[in-house]
Amino acid sequence: MAIIGNPKYEQRIERHLAKYETARSAVMPLLYIAQEEYGWVNSEGIGEVAQLLNLDPTQVKSIAGFYTMYSEKPKGKYWLQVCTDLPCALQGADDFHAWLKDELGLDEGGTTDDGLFTVEHVMCLAACDKAPMLQCNFSYVEELDQAKMRQLLAKWRSEAQVAANGRG
Amino acid sequence: MHILLRGRDIPNIKQLDVYETHGGFDGLRKSLTMTPAEVIDVVKASGLRGRGGAGFPTGVKWSFIPQHEPIKYVTVNADESETGTFKDREIMEENPYQLIEGSLICAYAIQAKAVYIYLRGEFWDIGAQLDECIEALRAKGLVGENILGSGYDCEVYTHLGAGAYICGEESALLNSLEGYLGQPRVRPPFPAQKGGGLYKEATVVNNVETLANVPFIMTEGAQAFKAIGTEQSAGNKIYCVSGHVKRPGNYELPMGATFRELLYEQAGGPLHDDRPFKAMLPSGGSGPIVPLTDEVLDTCMSYEDCASIGTIIGSASIIIMDETVDMTWVASKVTKFFKHESCGKCTPCREGTYWLDKVIDRILDGRGTADDVKRIADVAENMAGTTLCALGDFAANPIIHTIRHFPDDFAQHVQV
Repeated sequence: MAIIGNPKYEQRIERHLAKYETARSAVMPLLYIAQEEYGWVNSEGIGEVAQLLNLDPTQVKSIAGFYTMYSEKPKGKYWLQVCTDLPCALQGADDFHAWLKDELGLDEGGTTDDGLFTVEHVMCLAACDKAPMLQCNFSYVEELDQAKMRQLLAKWRSEAQVAANGRG
Repeated sequence: MHILLRGRDIPNIKQLDVYETHGGFDGLRKSLTMTPAEVIDVVKASGLRGRGGAGFPTGVKWSFIPQHEPIKYVTVNADESETGTFKDREIMEENPYQLIEGSLICAYAIQAKAVYIYLRGEFWDIGAQLDECIEALRAKGLVGENILGSGYDCEVYTHLGAGAYICGEESALLNSLEGYLGQPRVRPPFPAQKGGGLYKEATVVNNVETLANVPFIMTEGAQAFKAIGTEQSAGNKIYCVSGHVKRPGNYELPMGATFRELLYEQAGGPLHDDRPFKAMLPSGGSGPIVPLTDEVLDTCMSYEDCASIGTIIGSASIIIMDETVDMTWVASKVTKFFKHESCGKCTPCREGTYWLDKVIDRILDGRGTADDVKRIADVAENMAGTTLCALGDFAANPIIHTIRHFPDDFAQHVQV
């Protein structure tokens, strides 16, 4: 699909265009919409955002490149970003991050062969009292340990399986 | 008593009817019966200082806005990205209407046409909750045209960032909100001046916690607020405690309480009873580290007292490390943060953080020399004060102060 002319996004796009003094201010919310549609910020999404805002695609791409929450390559269905910054690291987040990569057989930033999981480390997520923690897509999962994480991975795997069966 | 973290005392205060039952929007109602200048005078008299880190007097900041300019804005800094800081998040999650009320009082005081709440992108769910709050307020005539029949119009919007620490710096925040790269601007003009703020209009940029204090000040009066805390540091403060304590979390105490009271009575003391405290970063990664001695523990948590022990209270993001922690590793962790978050605009910060990180890695690997320790101190000293925003100074602090206070931690890694 596309984001332009897609009824799923029409109202959200209009609301964002209306709330600022300049069209350009809407570039960040529209990039989130493009990422939602395509799974990452690809050249189609960049082109559509540029068209909506009357900007050059290069200008939009520079914004997408500056901010870490816009993904410039495809990620797993569950994009797991583990905070390993100082406060979390004092509570064992480095070991947890290494264990999680090991558990999924991944290097830093890698995605599992089934396309389900990508693991990365990130800077402080403002959840320092609940370490170890991670961000799964845009939601926080806090006070983790290996047992809890294994349960979550199993839950996400079965949810993905149900979704796949539903499509079949 | 909680003034800010009222969600701890009043169940469901995040619901509008409950917030209103407990005095919600009385501060705005009272403000609307006063002139804007009178509201600014009350906030000035309260002694409230900015809670984002710099501690600038809030009422004075508001008074810088030129009243004759036809268009003015309020921008709420909800970017909360300093390492170890998680206070604004709790305010917005558990007591969101108090932030919006404080923002509207500020907007009325400077006669702003709109409030933009700039949230870090990771606060996706909080942004959605605030959007719902804003719509609930619009339905009751508290946001939008002719607020409570006063004739004053003001819109409130949220805006999500997308993962960039630098957007907590006010001029980078404004650039980001305008759809440009989140990089700092050359000042003057300052945000409060025509040409320097949002869309080149005069703009107040205030932190979430700062604005959440304002409804109390308007309902209870400037003197009630000033009676809390110390002479130069009025009011309560939320202290975010993380690291090696038994009960990490947010604690709201008067400014001027001691570190000992916070760390032992509230946070439960050292995580492991047999591992004493070694060091503290009282203002996240960006402020000077201090050894956690008895003298420091007995210091009051105020702007003036923290200066006397060579550090700052800043945003009060208090990271505690016990005796097992190697300060070279701490310097490395904090340097990697600033290297990642440097926006790349100013050469000393962009290049300095890159080389500091490389040389500290070498030291930690056992391939460094005593000269390398001198070298990183030298690089850090040459970064401080040479950049458009404070990130360059922040990035120098972890190097300069860890080496100053804990030279043995570096010496153990290097060849003589």
